[in-house]
Amino acid sequence: MRSGVGEALMKLIADMLSSVRGGRAVFSKLSFEVAGGEALLLTGPNGSGKTTLIRTIAGLLRPAAGQVRLEGGHPEHSLGEECHYVGHLNGVKSTLSVEENAKFWNRFLDGAHEAVETALATFGLSALRDIPAGYLSAGQKRRLGLARVLLARRPIWLLDEPTVSLDEASQAMVAGAVDAHVAAGGMVIAATHVPLGFGKSRELRLGGQAMAA
Amino acid sequence: MSALSEVLRRDLVLAWREGGTVGVALGFYLIVVTMLPLGLGPDLKLLSRIAPGVLWVALLLAALLSLGRLFETDLEDGSLEVMATGPVPLEAVAAAKSLAHWLTTGLPLAVLAPILGLLLNLEPDAYAVLVATMLAGTPAISFIGAIGAALTVRTRRGGLLLALLMLPLFVPTLIFGISAIGAALTSSDAFGPSFLILSAISLASVALAPLAAAAALRLQLQ
Repeated sequence: MRSGVGEALMKLIADMLSSVRGGRAVFSKLSFEVAGGEALLLTGPNGSGKTTLIRTIAGLLRPAAGQVRLEGGHPEHSLGEECHYVGHLNGVKSTLSVEENAKFWNRFLDGAHEAVETALATFGLSALRDIPAGYLSAGQKRRLGLARVLLARRPIWLLDEPTVSLDEASQAMVAGAVDAHVAAGGMVIAATHVPLGFGKSRELRLGGQAMAA
Repeated sequence: MSALSEVLRRDLVLAWREGGTVGVALGFYLIVVTMLPLGLGPDLKLLSRIAPGVLWVALLLAALLSLGRLFETDLEDGSLEVMATGPVPLEAVAAAKSLAHWLTTGLPLAVLAPILGLLLNLEPDAYAVLVATMLAGTPAISFIGAIGAALTVRTRRGGLLLALLMLPLFVPTLIFGISAIGAALTSSDAFGPSFLILSAISLASVALAPLAAAAALRLQLQ
C-alpha cells in the first residue's frame, strides 16, 4: 500500500522521446513534463501516436530514442509500477462476477481491502456486484475496467480514451474520480478525442507532422 | 506472494466455470486411446506391449490442446497488459499460470491414464509406474508448453504452430517416461536413473521455462 504523501512533488519527464512503429515514425523528439496535481490531455487525429505514447510511458513499448523518467517516485518502483494503465481493453473476465473481478485486481495490485467498496461505489457498480461481467453492457464493462484505478493507490493514471461507450452520467463519474485524484496530488494523462470534462487540465496536441506527411 | 496465489486461484476458478478446455482435453484423450485398439485389431499381446507408449503420446497431444489458450484469453481481454505493468514480475505470473494448467490438465490426464490402461490391456505391474512417471513428467509439459503458448499468443490459429514448436521439446520427457516404465516391467536397474532424469527435466523446466515464457510475452506486447 502507498500513501499520497509527496506525490505533489513528483514529476514525470519525457525527454526527446521518439517512437517508430512498423517502420513509420509515430512521433519524434517529444518533450514534456507533468507534475503531481496535474492532468494532461493528449489530443490529435487518429494515428497521431496517443496510444503509443501512453503505452510507452507505461513501459509496454520501448521508445526508439529518448526516455521517460519519474522524479520523486518510490526509489524501488519502476515507472510502470507507479502507473495505472487502462487501455482500450478492460481486463475483465466475463465468467467472474463484477465483485470477483474487482477483488482479483485489488489483491493482484496489492491495494487496501476497503478500496473494492469505494471503487465499485464511485463507478456506480455496487448494485451489479453479483452479476457475471459477461452480462454487463459495454459502458458498464468500461466502468469496471476504469474502476481498477481506485482498487490500488498509484500516483499516475494513464487512461486511453476513458469515456468510450460511456453515457453522460458515467462520464461525470470518471471526471469526478480524476478530479479527486488530481486534487490529492496525483497525475493523470488521458488520450481523447472528445472533451472529458476534467476540472482543470492542460492539452498536448500530437500529430502535426503526421498530418503533413 | 499473495498476488501469485490470486492468479492461480483465478485461473482455477475460470477453468472450473468455463469447463470447456479441461473437458475437451480429457475427452480427446479418451477417444484417441479408445480408437487405437479398434484400428489395430484384438491382438492383446501387441496392445499390452504398446500401451505405455500410446498412453504417453496421447497425453502429450491432449495436453497441447489446452496449452494454446494459456495466455490468449488474458491477451484478448487486456489482463496481460495490466499484469505486465503490475508489481509482480511477469515471470512469476507465467509460472502461476503454468501451474494452473498442470493442475487442470496434466494432473487429471495422469489420473485418467490407468482407467484407459484397462482398454489397452496394460500389464498389472505397470499401473503404479505409469501414474508415477506421468505425475513426475507432466509438469514439464505444462511449463515448457507455456513457452510455446507465449510465442504463438498473437498467431491466429496458432494451435498447429504450437504443436510443431513444442512436440520436439517434449521428446526427452517422453523418452525417459517410457524408459522408466519399461525398466520397471523388466525389473532392470534402469528405473531409478530414468525416473530421476524425468523428475530433473520437470524441475528444471519449472525453474527455467517461466523466464523464457515471460520474455516471449514481453516481445508479444511490443
